[in-house]
Amino acid sequence: MVDSTTVLWGQTLAYTFYVLAIMAVMGWFALRVTQQGPTPAVRPGLFYAFVAFLVVLGISLHFITYYTIPWKPMDMHRADITPDKVFDIGVAGHKFQLPAETLQVACNDRVLFNVTSSDLTYGFGLFRQDHSMLFQMQVVPGHMNDILWQFDKPGVYSIRSTEYSGPAGVDMVVKDAVVVSCEKS
Amino acid sequence: MSFTETFLNGAQGAFKPATLTPMQKMILRFVVVGLVFYAFAVIEGMIMRIYQVTPIPVVPTVQFFAIMTAHPLVGIFGSTYAIVFGAFLFLVPFLMKKPLWSIPLANWTCGLLAVGTFTFWFAGFLSEYAPLYTLYWPLPADFTQFSLWGGTFFIVGIAIVMVGVVFFVVNIFRTITYTPAGWAPQPAGALLGSALGLSGLQAFFTRQKQDHLVSLPVAAIARGTVDTAFNAGIILFTGVLILVYMVAEIFGTSLKHSAVDALLYKNWFWWGLDLIADGLVLIFVAGTWYLLATLITGKKLFMENWARAALFIEMVVSWTVWSHHLMSDQAQPGILKLLSGEMVTAFELITQGLAFFITLATLWSARPLKMTFPLRFLLGGLLGFALAVPAGIMQADLGLNRILHNTQWIVGPHVHVAVLVGLTMTLYSAIYLLFPIVTNGARLYSEKLALFHFWAHLLGGIGMGAFMGMAGLQGMLRRSLYVNGEFNVYMILAALSGSLLLLAFLAFFYNIVMSLGLKGVIGIFTPSKLDTTDPVPAS
Repeated sequence: MVDSTTVLWGQTLAYTFYVLAIMAVMGWFALRVTQQGPTPAVRPGLFYAFVAFLVVLGISLHFITYYTIPWKPMDMHRADITPDKVFDIGVAGHKFQLPAETLQVACNDRVLFNVTSSDLTYGFGLFRQDHSMLFQMQVVPGHMNDILWQFDKPGVYSIRSTEYSGPAGVDMVVKDAVVVSCEKS
Repeated sequence: MSFTETFLNGAQGAFKPATLTPMQKMILRFVVVGLVFYAFAVIEGMIMRIYQVTPIPVVPTVQFFAIMTAHPLVGIFGSTYAIVFGAFLFLVPFLMKKPLWSIPLANWTCGLLAVGTFTFWFAGFLSEYAPLYTLYWPLPADFTQFSLWGGTFFIVGIAIVMVGVVFFVVNIFRTITYTPAGWAPQPAGALLGSALGLSGLQAFFTRQKQDHLVSLPVAAIARGTVDTAFNAGIILFTGVLILVYMVAEIFGTSLKHSAVDALLYKNWFWWGLDLIADGLVLIFVAGTWYLLATLITGKKLFMENWARAALFIEMVVSWTVWSHHLMSDQAQPGILKLLSGEMVTAFELITQGLAFFITLATLWSARPLKMTFPLRFLLGGLLGFALAVPAGIMQADLGLNRILHNTQWIVGPHVHVAVLVGLTMTLYSAIYLLFPIVTNGARLYSEKLALFHFWAHLLGGIGMGAFMGMAGLQGMLRRSLYVNGEFNVYMILAALSGSLLLLAFLAFFYNIVMSLGLKGVIGIFTPSKLDTTDPVPAS
């Protein structure tokens, strides 16, 4: 399954290419707009084509991600999917209250993390050992905050609050809290 | 001239404050206030950049977050609002060739922005009030973490700023619609309809061609001012709500936090805040690009009717776009995430893309152009938004937001590149263009310093955004601290880029002070001796 590392690399490549291209275009424009020479008028057709390009680009991005990023459709339809495992997690006083010291997950299981806050707005994110993010969501008091995730690789993840909840929230990290194992018992 | 003479009297002694009209003094006061608070924001930014590399022992963590709380508000209200409001209060009468409705009210706006910004900054600094600008309920009323009195004065400071904003809104719309003494009656309703785009909308559906009663830049200012007014209302209401909790606590009664729904509050807050971030900023910037392009080239704007329509669409988009901030809120209705969060946000790519294309096409129509400082900074501003808007569109996707939300990606390549490179360079372009007009021909002290200002600001702004973005893609969160050097390579490079921004500002500030002279700067704040409502002295 495509995971966040792959998606982030794709995004890095696409955006870097775009940045270099638009900087080159602006550099070229800055040079040419100061030079003598024939100045053909910008035709309205080019303008309309640019508008059409922006419309297609703006909308198609979301369709492309729907069909290429696996967690997007799963998140949108999570109410209709029966999870293999459910973890109910509480947050209060800048502390995560986990149902067990370590949350054990089997490979390819679809796991529902159901997180509730009894005081402030927090965040809930899973991070790899190299600090890169697997996923995150907001944890709003008085509301259900649930995320469904399918783990298809073994790994050990830390839980970290991804939302500012005051200076006391800086230390809201539970190291090695989720362990995904792919060995068959 | 010796250094001392230039420092006291300005470059070649060309700036004479006694020749300034009340309108010129008014705009120059706004610019001075804006630049002083920009200095606050840059210095605070550098402190935070250093803190992200290694915590500074004399700055406790809570003070770091107090700085982070005040920093964007000082930047937006104290600096950007001041410069933009001053410029527009000057430009609307200048472009409409009629007096400003009230110069005293404009000066009150300037004073209230200055006093209000200093009040909330000082309250935050002294009391370490640090719920961040997002104010996610019930954090601003969490008195176990934050000072009650500090918070009260912080909110009062914001309220003072908002009163100044309301004065600005009234002044702009009254100037567009009122009839000056001795003039033939002005068609107030028709002028307002043209400024807001209602007459254009009517003409589109009835297919009756109508002349526009107000110019395109004035229409842009009016439409952005609608968002400014809505935003002031939202912030004032939110401030009063927080104050109710604070005042009750002061009198010994703790109100129940759960009386306010945290998700509803979040929707309300972001609806209001996006009237700035996705409303007036984009509308004002597009309008300023159009004005600058036509002033620099002396040519008619390319595809002017499309530009007007895009400004109207942008205004409507800004009222319906807020949900892209709540894509990681699982309780937020999915339909809002899809329609408001993804689809409406995509319109910003279209409207800003149109403004980008129209501005470049207008400039192209007048080639060869001389690479003046207004043109140079305008191109920098265009590049800034060309970089920042697509970054924002990417994060406003349900799939990508899951791994980008609240990371340094959001605040680097999107927010800071948009604000520092896109918006600020556009403002610098306007300042360099208007400088000889509002100073009656003062000489710029050093072109070399202005050139350094341009390159240091451009490279510093893009560099800082890029390195923050790289850290974000590696998982670094915003509004957080990493004290074990997890992302130090990126943070050191971002801090070096930030120091370029600081140097750029210092060069600019020094250049302006040496251009006007110390006596000239003081002279800006004395009353004008000219009894005229004209923007510039009659020649």
